[in-house]
Amino acid sequence: METATIEKQIEVNQEGYLKDSSQWSEDWAKKIATENNIPLTPKHWDVLHWLRKKHEEGVALSIRKVGNSGLVDIKQFYGLFPGGPLKIASKIAGIPKPVSCI
Amino acid sequence: MEDVLTKPIPAVAAVRENKKKETVKKVIIICSKGTLEDVYAALIMANGALADGRDAKMFFTFFGLDAISKKKADHLHTATVGNSAFMPAMPTMMGGLPGFEAFASHMMQKQMDKLDMPHVTEFIQMIDAAGGEIFACKLAADMFKLKKEDLLDEVKDIITVGEMYALADGEGAHFIFI
Repeated sequence: METATIEKQIEVNQEGYLKDSSQWSEDWAKKIATENNIPLTPKHWDVLHWLRKKHEEGVALSIRKVGNSGLVDIKQFYGLFPGGPLKIASKIAGIPKPVSCI
Repeated sequence: MEDVLTKPIPAVAAVRENKKKETVKKVIIICSKGTLEDVYAALIMANGALADGRDAKMFFTFFGLDAISKKKADHLHTATVGNSAFMPAMPTMMGGLPGFEAFASHMMQKQMDKLDMPHVTEFIQMIDAAGGEIFACKLAADMFKLKKEDLLDEVKDIITVGEMYALADGEGAHFIFI
């Protein structure tokens, strides 16, 4: 089977967050998830797509809002993305680093 | 052009390197006060540590126990007397008027709701769900005649000072006293 690779320049900031969230792709998500040792399950994808949707709607995201999303509770969110869930999930979802303190 | 999807990003590698050097791995937050603003400061710091991938333990003592008491947790007040930072333009004796403190605390809580800040009990549940651990001080609990069942379900145990210090075992632990 022949495969083709799409080559394009993707810009990230110093911490590895996408500078332009429209450059995001599922391949990009898989790459960042692998770098963070997170195997992506359907539940992960649900959360990632939800985060992207909310970001596009202009919602300031917080862990509490993810917990109230109906997709996962806070404990499950920490379980899916261990070690700073919103920070890591945002990076994988290609949206800016969260700025909420709560 | 390089294949960006297969090559590691230098910036990411640098962040990971910094992570190894991270000096604050765990915070032990001691909350000895029961005023709204002090309790929130403790909760925000504990929750913020967990959200940032660090470990957090909380130890509530003296009036801080109000924050984890079933009866009082969601009814904390802010001091309007003897609090020079509170409405400095207002004559201090106003703060002593009956009901004023409850009113001021209510207004403050309303402002916090606007900022999407959870109430104390929900905050404690969030910290618990995030893997943080919450403890009560034995001496203070004895003094205020509080038993485990008087405290929120998320409170893991009533412990001694020595046991509180043991929470800091391991590398990179820091104490924060409020």
